[in-house]
Amino acid sequence: MVDFAGWSMPVQYTSIVSEHLGTREGVGLFDVSHMGRITIKGDRAADWLESILTRQVRDLSVGRSRYTLITGVDSTHETVHLSGDPVILDDAIVARLGNFEDGGQQFSLVVNASNRPRVVRWLKACLPQEGVSLHDITEETAMIAVQGPQVFGCDQEGVLAGPLANIFSPEILGKIAALKNYGVLGAEFDGKPVLVSRSGYTGEDGVEIIVSAEIAVMLWERLLEHSMTKPCGLGSRDTLRLEAAMPLYGHELCETTDPFSAGLGFAVNIDGRDFPGSDGIRARRTTGNRCRVGLVFDSRRAARSGDQVLLSQDGIESVCGEITSGSFSPTTERGIALAVVDRAVSKPGQELKVLVRGVQLPVKVVSLPFYRRSP
Amino acid sequence: MEKSRRYAKSHEWARLEDDGSVTIGISAYAVEALTDLVFMQLPDVGSTVTAGESFGEIESVKAVSDLYAPISGKVISVNTELPSQLETLNNDPYDSGWIISVQPVAVEQLDALFDQEAYDKLIGG
Repeated sequence: MVDFAGWSMPVQYTSIVSEHLGTREGVGLFDVSHMGRITIKGDRAADWLESILTRQVRDLSVGRSRYTLITGVDSTHETVHLSGDPVILDDAIVARLGNFEDGGQQFSLVVNASNRPRVVRWLKACLPQEGVSLHDITEETAMIAVQGPQVFGCDQEGVLAGPLANIFSPEILGKIAALKNYGVLGAEFDGKPVLVSRSGYTGEDGVEIIVSAEIAVMLWERLLEHSMTKPCGLGSRDTLRLEAAMPLYGHELCETTDPFSAGLGFAVNIDGRDFPGSDGIRARRTTGNRCRVGLVFDSRRAARSGDQVLLSQDGIESVCGEITSGSFSPTTERGIALAVVDRAVSKPGQELKVLVRGVQLPVKVVSLPFYRRSP
Repeated sequence: MEKSRRYAKSHEWARLEDDGSVTIGISAYAVEALTDLVFMQLPDVGSTVTAGESFGEIESVKAVSDLYAPISGKVISVNTELPSQLETLNNDPYDSGWIISVQPVAVEQLDALFDQEAYDKLIGG
């Protein structure tokens, strides 16, 4: 068990590789309760979020979610100085849960554990006088991710037979199975409301379930009763998301990242919209000359965040980029890495080198993701 | 009589052989703590190792760890098959999982290492 942003979490239950492969082949179960869960409601909630998030929410329908960045003023103490320069505080998933007859809207925001304190401080400091209320419900709730090709697997009669069948009625299970990617719906478990999202951080099909804390253990144990389900820790969570080329705050992005150089342009709706720091991001869009690539090593060795990427030309090595995340990839049995490099060397097939603990290892640029699940 | 192993605080073991050479590896405790081994970097035959200094690296999915020489000497043999068969470390870390064999500079350096009882206590056995 390790300390992860103040939470005690397992790196692995058995082994990282077996948990990784278990998720790619069957079902992996992840306790992701450490992540921040925030609800936002009121008759000005949509307008307020529209002005605050890098991604627009005006056109986000009920039952839909999307990936966004949260820009704002960083703070290490209780008072946020609103006049400070905004930076990227976190990445997040925003979901519209409901529109109500009285004109109110309800949203959820799921953020990283490590950034939760400053994100909540920032958002609360920006709340208008009326029309929006915000609650950090992290500690009253838990979140469990159920991921893998067998989550929606069927038995011989074509009936959904994955671990969710231990939890939900066939009718609800059918509705969950019909959700599109990033769709969200409210359901019930043990008489209590749960939120189910067709999303995840592994590159596999599956769901993330938010439940109230009192029934979390029962939900976990019920899911584990299924023969194909394997509990998975932080280690495999990282190797799985890396193969799926999914970003991790602190690696692919941080406070001052240019989203357009980091492969995160899609997370920023900047045309005709403003949000904190939008002018700065807009200005960087034309001057940035780097982009995100995937690198594959020809050995099992891995590079790590910060390792330099080198271009060999006429016998001279020059630095052309930097690793943002790297690891051994159990699915390909090779080292893989995400990196930000000069645009000129970013084409798939380009041969480069990475300086790993003093040794230059050859790599090749590949198109992303490293792993894509079968449809 | 089974030859006894001595251990470094950093979980490497050393065993004095009949011919005066010292075989070096890592303990079952270390292998267990590492899990998911993916790579090993070993020294060349003929190179020098110095007590307390790194002579190679072992990489798991999560991290890279240095291998520290428990004693000083010259490398006379390397288990070159080991990096491609890392499961051997899980199965048999004290025999077929040996890592290097060293001609020691001073055999007395072994006395500064933990004996089995002291090592077992160190790892909480």
